[in-house]
Amino acid sequence: MLAELIETIAKIMFIFGVNMGFFTPILGWVERKQSAVMQDRVGANRADIFGFRVIGLLHILADAIKVLTKEDFVPAGANKFFHTLAPFISLTPALVTFAVIPFGGQYEIFGHKVNLVIADLDIGILFIFAFASLATYGTVLAGWSSNNNWSFLGGMRASAQMLSYEVAMGLSIIGVIMVYSSLKLTEIGAMQAEFFRWGIFLQPVGFILFLTCAIAENKRAPFDIPEAESEIVAGYFTEYSSMKFVMFWMGEFLEIVTISGIITTLFFGAWHIPFVSNEMLLSIFGFAGPDGANILTMLINIATFFVKIIFFIWLQMTIRWTLPRFRYDQIMKLGWKILLPLALINIFITGLVLLVK
Amino acid sequence: MSDLKKTLPTEYMVLNMGPSHPVTHGTVKFLVTLDGETIVDFVVDIGYLHRGFEKMCENSTWEQVFPYTDRLNYVPPMINNVGYALAVEKLLGIDVPERNKYIRVIASELSRISDHLTNVAASGLELGAFTAFLYFVEARELVWDMLESLCGARLTSNYVRIGGLKNDLPEDFKDQTTAVFKRCRELWSDVDKLLTKNRIFIDRVRDVGIMPPDEAIAWGFTGPCLRASGVPYDVRKANPYLVYDRMDFEIPIGEKGDNFDRYLVRMEEIIQSMRIVEQALKEIPSGPINVDMPEYRWQSKDDIYNKIESLIFHFKTVTEGIKPPPGEVYFAVEGTNGELGFYLVSDGRGKPYKCRVRPPCFPLTAAMPRMIKGSLIADVVPTFDMINMIGGECDR
Repeated sequence: MLAELIETIAKIMFIFGVNMGFFTPILGWVERKQSAVMQDRVGANRADIFGFRVIGLLHILADAIKVLTKEDFVPAGANKFFHTLAPFISLTPALVTFAVIPFGGQYEIFGHKVNLVIADLDIGILFIFAFASLATYGTVLAGWSSNNNWSFLGGMRASAQMLSYEVAMGLSIIGVIMVYSSLKLTEIGAMQAEFFRWGIFLQPVGFILFLTCAIAENKRAPFDIPEAESEIVAGYFTEYSSMKFVMFWMGEFLEIVTISGIITTLFFGAWHIPFVSNEMLLSIFGFAGPDGANILTMLINIATFFVKIIFFIWLQMTIRWTLPRFRYDQIMKLGWKILLPLALINIFITGLVLLVK
Repeated sequence: MSDLKKTLPTEYMVLNMGPSHPVTHGTVKFLVTLDGETIVDFVVDIGYLHRGFEKMCENSTWEQVFPYTDRLNYVPPMINNVGYALAVEKLLGIDVPERNKYIRVIASELSRISDHLTNVAASGLELGAFTAFLYFVEARELVWDMLESLCGARLTSNYVRIGGLKNDLPEDFKDQTTAVFKRCRELWSDVDKLLTKNRIFIDRVRDVGIMPPDEAIAWGFTGPCLRASGVPYDVRKANPYLVYDRMDFEIPIGEKGDNFDRYLVRMEEIIQSMRIVEQALKEIPSGPINVDMPEYRWQSKDDIYNKIESLIFHFKTVTEGIKPPPGEVYFAVEGTNGELGFYLVSDGRGKPYKCRVRPPCFPLTAAMPRMIKGSLIADVVPTFDMINMIGGECDR
């Protein structure tokens, strides 16, 4: 019992630490540096401590100090309660959804069975969708409660966009669920041990649909109409400053990580290395004894999972800095008239293939 | 439908876009009435950058007007310099030496390149294509480096003089041009790949802000926006000035007159302007750059210090200004946004009696409501970018 408690706390600490302590701050730096590299610039490199600049990493620290010391401004006429609540609602779902994403398999260490997922829910993937939908409320509330026309327009756009893409995103996943006949993310992950059983080979269309919808859900370019800065100033967070503003950004960055995690789990073999099974790893690490071999295998699997996540973060950043922005009606058209029918056709064909087999 | 309106009444939303709004990069205000996201009414409110250019000119000598013209359309200031100088020279009835004409053509076309680069880049930026923006900004910086080596300033050039130029071309200008244009062409093709065949970009600009040719003429359109509507009117071809009649270049025209055509016309004009500069550099003759008329153009410093006549003329032209014969004149050059005209009236004194500018982007800005009504608020961005309204030129 105690061992399980320690295990759970350790896993929560690990995921929380990796997300909030590593990915969120580092993504601010990655966004600047990657866009700089893509645009023949140097990027942020001026913050220094005693002359050490560490390729601009100190900007994270400088930013943190800056936002913490800024005035927390609530505009006149705004609904103060909802204005304060909105950033929390945006941030929390992104953080919570990671609870059901497995970052490793199951290992036997010192006679204790370790399952590398915080909450191994039977409804795993549905839990993610349920919570991801909640993020819409944060955006809508932010737009509505700010008492600003630009925020209001941004909030309206965000609600319409996120609700529309939720439908297509949900349907794009159903193909995967049918193929692996499970909703449990740990099971889906475990079934992708063999390279050619990865989701991307079984559901290529599903992957593209899911990636598109996920970027749209995350409201980043080319789907960043809720905050389109050249049209509606900054959209739903026009009236936010200080830490509340940063919470929207943290939410956005965490969603990038979560989306990468889901994509990795569903389509890219979760924690498995291509052509290298865990049995092979165990035999390679045989020199460390059975427990040592298990620990080393576990570490390798966790590392593999996060390397894949980093790859998909890179992919999303590249897309974000390459493409221009859609228009409101074009986004709706894409969601309802192209992605949704494609997702339905994908389900139909998947069903047909499963039936024939 | 009417029942629905009765049970679900909606109101229009009135928005003040600007004067400080990301899309209004010149200072301008739009009063937009929205039905949801659709624009019902659109009022343009200009004048935020009015500095009284025409009045200031009346209080300066003819030579002192040049720095003011830099600040009309400040992205290609050389064209404004050239336009004003040509107008005054027409008033004086003098003709400048051949070499001077070639250098003025080179300066104008370099400015045109820099303006079109800026315009396309800014449009990309505002549609969310940040990377394309920075590629073209790099190209523009290189062109500005060339202008800097030509006249010493990047933005406010003040290079052209009445009957002459501030200085001759620098020594290695030809090699510099070759190197810069090579890089510019690379960046041009990069941006071409990023935007011209980009489905999202095309969707955003295609069929937005359409202006049919007859209406474009009626509104007073000139320049790339008129040519995008399919009217092949370019002052450089219609009324060739300087040595444009000797240059081999094409005038790109569009088919529909939408924003995508305006974008394509500008992209092609960048290439054509590079061709003109290269031809001009190849054919440029040697010789003097200033007219040999000490009453209009200072003579060399050597002469001023050593010859009493030169010193007297220098003193008179600096303190009283040159004195054109009484009369009025209109002269137009092809600015980057269209026909940039100078209407000058002289009463025989050393200062202009009237110096009126025909800003090419004024009619374009006036036609904004015509182009934008009924479309979505997001369409304001590409339409306003593509007419390239510059506050300094429109408001003066």
